[in-house]
Amino acid sequence: MSKQKIKCDCGHVNPIGTVLCESCGKPIEGNQHIDGNENKKLLNMRYDGTARRSQTYSKSIIDKIWSFFSSVKVGVWLIVLALIASMLGTIFPQEMYIPAQAPNRDPAFFYEDQYGIFGLIYYQLGLHNLYSSLWYMILIALIGVSLVICSLDRFIPLYKALRHQKPKKHKAFLSRQRLYSETEEVTDEELEKIKANLKQSRYKIIEEDGHILAEKGRFSRWGPYVNHIGLIIILLAAILRSTPLFYMEEYVWIREGEQKAVPGTDGEYFIENKDFIMETHDENDERFQAAIEQEGMVASNYQTDVVIYKADKPLPGAEPELEPMQEASIRMNEPLKFDGYSVYQSGYQLNEFNSMTFNIHQTDDAEEVALDTFTVDLTKPESEYVLENGFRVELEQFYPDYYLDANGIPASETNYPRNPAFVFLVYPPGSDDSEISFVGIGRNIDATGENEYKLGIDNFEMNDVSGLTVKYDRSLIFFGIGAAIFMIGVMQGMYFQHRRIWINRKEKGLLLAAHTNKNWFGIKKDIDKVIEGTNVRMVDDQQELDEIEK
Amino acid sequence: MDLLDLSSTALYTAFVLYLVATFFFGATIRDKRTDSKKGKADKIAITLTIIGFIAQIVYFITRWIVSGHAPVSNLFEFTTFLGMALVLGFIIIYMYYKLSFLGLFALPIAMIIIAYASMFPTDVAPLVPSLQSHWLYIHVTTVALGQGILGISFVVGLMYLIKQIDQTVKSKKTTWLELVLYFLVVTLGFVIITSSFNLAGYKATFEYPQGSTLVTTEYHLPAIVGPNEGTLITEGVMSPLFDAPTWFQGEDAGRKFNTVLWSIITGSILYLIIRVILRKRIGAALQPLLRNVKADLLDEIEYRSVTIGFPVFTLGGLIFASIWAEIAWGRFWGWDPKEVWALITWFFYAAYLHLRLSRGWHGEKSAWLAVAGFGIIMFNLIVVNLVFAGLHSYA
Ligand code: HEM
Repeated sequence: MSKQKIKCDCGHVNPIGTVLCESCGKPIEGNQHIDGNENKKLLNMRYDGTARRSQTYSKSIIDKIWSFFSSVKVGVWLIVLALIASMLGTIFPQEMYIPAQAPNRDPAFFYEDQYGIFGLIYYQLGLHNLYSSLWYMILIALIGVSLVICSLDRFIPLYKALRHQKPKKHKAFLSRQRLYSETEEVTDEELEKIKANLKQSRYKIIEEDGHILAEKGRFSRWGPYVNHIGLIIILLAAILRSTPLFYMEEYVWIREGEQKAVPGTDGEYFIENKDFIMETHDENDERFQAAIEQEGMVASNYQTDVVIYKADKPLPGAEPELEPMQEASIRMNEPLKFDGYSVYQSGYQLNEFNSMTFNIHQTDDAEEVALDTFTVDLTKPESEYVLENGFRVELEQFYPDYYLDANGIPASETNYPRNPAFVFLVYPPGSDDSEISFVGIGRNIDATGENEYKLGIDNFEMNDVSGLTVKYDRSLIFFGIGAAIFMIGVMQGMYFQHRRIWINRKEKGLLLAAHTNKNWFGIKKDIDKVIEGTNVRMVDDQQELDEIEK
Repeated sequence: MDLLDLSSTALYTAFVLYLVATFFFGATIRDKRTDSKKGKADKIAITLTIIGFIAQIVYFITRWIVSGHAPVSNLFEFTTFLGMALVLGFIIIYMYYKLSFLGLFALPIAMIIIAYASMFPTDVAPLVPSLQSHWLYIHVTTVALGQGILGISFVVGLMYLIKQIDQTVKSKKTTWLELVLYFLVVTLGFVIITSSFNLAGYKATFEYPQGSTLVTTEYHLPAIVGPNEGTLITEGVMSPLFDAPTWFQGEDAGRKFNTVLWSIITGSILYLIIRVILRKRIGAALQPLLRNVKADLLDEIEYRSVTIGFPVFTLGGLIFASIWAEIAWGRFWGWDPKEVWALITWFFYAAYLHLRLSRGWHGEKSAWLAVAGFGIIMFNLIVVNLVFAGLHSYA
């Protein structure tokens, strides 16, 4: 490889590593191996024979890294690796998709239990969290690096070369284009006619000493670089999204009638759940009858009616003053938006107990006349209730979601009051000795069988609980921009083509050559139209010849 | 006749028209010319195709009116729409290249897809809240359109392979090609066996535990494989030989797996019968049909349909999908298996486009890729629904 800038016969000085002279296109001897032109009839025109850094320098480690990442082969390998890796992650569910009804959702247990030895291996390899694993992210990052380097490596020289094009080309350049013809005799009138035709086909014409370069759609050459920029913006947006400045997400359970600070807003906003509504499709609706019979009832709406309050900057310790700001119904597919936050309907729990009222009566009183009553607020149960008629009740144990565990011991399955049960100590008026009562729904157990007083459930209130996701995602706009740029770039590169037709005068006749980056069918049609009514010979497609020869 | 009947009749009509059109496309084979000057058979064939397509639009619109939502919300509706998109892709490509042989291959594949679709429950089902969004229609129709156009590249790639692969000796290539054709026959087997037992009215009910509840499922094919830990309730029917493995997560996995087994059995028998009749590989039997088509042109059309299908798929499967997911769940990307497989599809076609930048990957290699790409799409449609649990397993 030549070590200095290369001066071509035409006088143009080319950068080191140039394959085809930037000005006249003459193949530069000694550099033809770079684009694989030796022993080939046709020239490789992909980057117009420009000097690419990756093909020129290979001394330092940086050169080597640059060359490595700028190779399309490496890029494709990275894409294929990402593809295979992504497949692995779908063999078994990812950790976040372990079904809610699984006997044990601890991944250390779940995978082996469900899938045996393969599940264990899957878990131990970390494939249950593949998409947030370091090596998957590194793989995606490498694709990003490769995108940037390969784009820079090609875009800059290509841009320069296309800006400096000259119409006059060396014969070795023209005759080694895929589309080429020579005509012995052409009149000036014919040439004028061709020029007019070219203009009519919306070619831009550059002329120099009677030589012509007609070009159109050069901008389509930038398509791939534009779409790669879009992809890079998307990758950068993903990085932004991992910072709290751009992304926050919280989940909150809120009961009907309850008011809570909106999580993640530093107490700036409060939310009140006025009502949760769940509706189902009408089973008598003729259209859906067959399907509902097959599949059972189908929900048609999940909705939480809320009020959002803005809190006056709370003084430390003081109760915030709440100003109603907005009333809204949050539905699935219709999140609520306020001041940059979005609230989504994400879950619900019907009929949780809110409060329970008990009465105390004598065990042997068939009428169950209440001697005293008290109410337990299940969201804030108190430890002791002192009653009007002298009774005192201590709440010894509270099981919000009662069940008997494997050993037959009472326990609570969740912290939500779905099936509350209590152990009360009842102190009759003036007495220091208590009786133990166990009360639950449909249960009233007197452990000793000697209780004088009995507790009964007098009344209860139930309400629904909404699960809401609160979030902001300020990176969305960047994903949007990236995706739009990607789509524009793809269309720019794929649906337009960069077509060039060179017409060089030679004595009385002319040489005609043409190149396009895509759709040879189209450019041949163009040429056919342009030379109509003249003596100029139609170009031969030398590639087809090539293939027949082989 | 009520609107729903009209809708199914329209779909049936479309199917029959595609079938007749295929025969007319077949009639053009004797016509030596592959240029744009076309004979009568071509004109009739493409006209029938277009009328069939219009009939299918009638199906689509009337069903939409009946249900109140775009009919793309369950497996039957989505897959039917995919078949429709494939036909549309074919019509577009035909208008451009006037290649009638394409009809001979594209329409049968579209018909297989539509027949496959109609094996799933066709009741008009109401939409659950998460699906009640215009973005659902936009997302799903665009995905199907993209996949349909990519399907054309599969059809053309397949034609390329049938034409170019040397059938005089048995080789790895002929075997792979036969395997692809065998899969098509298995799909046919699925349609045949399912509709036969449906006609006979076969039913067997099972009960099996799902989480902490017992659910029932109805088999319409004799159970080779039962639901995991299921018990047979119906009397006097075949009891299953074994249970579905636990790692089949999809809804009703046992029943679906059973159907797959039946399809493979029926398909294999069908394949053997075809081989016995033809006395050669199916690929070898089809090869002469394509004698008059230029391989270069096939390669060009295959590439073109990827360049159209890829952006449409990107738009529908990734961009619109993300917008909808963001609105419905507050997260635009969740690594749900269906989403991941859309990404895999996208990576795959990106690799295809990059490989085509270098010379050696035109022609046969790229035809294999086009066939494999559609394999990924079908995998996402069939296997991901069968084996993986996820947000999309409704479809
Ligand atoms: C998932 C990631 C990628 C996507 C979706 C993508 C997409 C594309 C598309 C659509 C084209 C246009 C192809 C055509 O017009 O036929 C293209 C061209 C190209 N891509 Fe990528 N690309 C990706 C990654 C990469 C990587 C990692 C490299 C690095 C080696 C790379 C290098 C190139 C090159 C060199 C071109 C051709 C430019 C030209 O025509 O001169 N791409 N890419």
